[in-house]
Amino acid sequence: MSLFKQVLAAASLTLAVGFVQAQAPAAAAGGADALIKQVSTEVIDTVKSDKAIQGGDVSKIVALVDSKVMPHVNFQRMTASAVGRNWRSATPEQQKRLQDEFKVLIVRTYAGALTQVKDQTVQLKPFRAAAEDSEVVVRTEVRGKGEPIQLDYRLEKSPAGWKIYDVNVLGVWLVEQYKSSFAQEIGSGGVDGLITKLAERNKAAAKS
Amino acid sequence: MKFAVRTAFAVLVVLAVPGSALAQNAKDPIEGWNRVVFGFNEGLDKAVLKPVAEGYRAVVPELVRSGISNVFANIGDGWSAINHLLQGKPVAAAEMTMRVATNTLFGIGGLFDVASDLGIERRTEDFGQTLGRWGLPAGPYLVLPVLGPSSLRDTAALPIDLQWSASALTDDGATSVGLTVLRIIDVRASLLSAGKLLDEIALDKYVFVRDGYLTRRRSQVYDGEPPATRDDEDEGTAPTTNVPAPAASPASAPK
Repeated sequence: MSLFKQVLAAASLTLAVGFVQAQAPAAAAGGADALIKQVSTEVIDTVKSDKAIQGGDVSKIVALVDSKVMPHVNFQRMTASAVGRNWRSATPEQQKRLQDEFKVLIVRTYAGALTQVKDQTVQLKPFRAAAEDSEVVVRTEVRGKGEPIQLDYRLEKSPAGWKIYDVNVLGVWLVEQYKSSFAQEIGSGGVDGLITKLAERNKAAAKS
Repeated sequence: MKFAVRTAFAVLVVLAVPGSALAQNAKDPIEGWNRVVFGFNEGLDKAVLKPVAEGYRAVVPELVRSGISNVFANIGDGWSAINHLLQGKPVAAAEMTMRVATNTLFGIGGLFDVASDLGIERRTEDFGQTLGRWGLPAGPYLVLPVLGPSSLRDTAALPIDLQWSASALTDDGATSVGLTVLRIIDVRASLLSAGKLLDEIALDKYVFVRDGYLTRRRSQVYDGEPPATRDDEDEGTAPTTNVPAPAASPASAPK
């Protein structure tokens, strides 16, 4: 009897473990790539149904990005990576300003790309990740006329769900892309020099 | 070919030595010279190319413009097919060949991109990517007059790429020049909105274009999945350092 119980217990445990192992990766995968799928689809559908956005109405695009995309972005990490080693020595005030200005710059980049959306769809490429991965890459392709556009995301697991911390457009990671420009500005004018430069760039673009 | 590349490397290394004391970026040893050419290209673009491209877009109907783009792209697809083959990717080569056949036959000589509608996607490859696939490093960054960002490897490959597209259309010299001009205008017109965006988001346009070009080319050589080179030592990102609780995370809109 007790042997039977032990076997039963072992069997159910094995089953349970097997079940967890089978389920967990799917669940984790479901997290990050499902999030990307959901956000991309929402954004593209909104753009397609909104003539003002297609016409380049920046304030509407920014509102869209703020409401649909930014809640899923760890923007602090994005800014910190782009700034590099100088981030830690920056004051909290400088960090906040860097983050605010960089955000305006990035959202404008994204907004510019969104005005080009016409009949595209976003498709996820095969997703590989283990259940315990706390950082994953989700690969997607924007498909329309001609060559598909590569659009990948780096995500990290946080208590508040998956957060995007870098985006790859056509093979170029955005944070990497800004690193050397940032380093150059910091090299010549310090962290404040970089803040000033970003603010200038944003003001100039807001006018045009 | 190999000899030419090696010679070119040697020449460049010699050229680069005097400037190397000033160079900040190992991938861009002749930055000073490159910036001069970049400035020239920017000037040329502002004075000639961009206005012409804008005029082209304003005057020529979209249907005609897309037909012209499609014809050039169809010729490029044939070259991509060959390069897929040279890179040992027979499936992609066969797909691109199918694409060219479909567009040439059913798309009236490539005027219409029927293959895209049928779901045969374009996967572009050029000879620079093939050389990269064969293991030739990109070498120093080069800005070419008129043609813009390149690397030593891609510059070496360029004549072969150009030879293909030129010979595919015509043997006549004058016609070929005309077609090259048309192609440059076509490409520039397709980049009008991207160019505006670039002006707005780049802190230093030269650096932005350079880094973007080199990274993108590297990614293309590895078909979108280059091996990681992230160096963590200069990252201020360690999640443990002064990261606020998620509730106060930067995702919430700044005031």
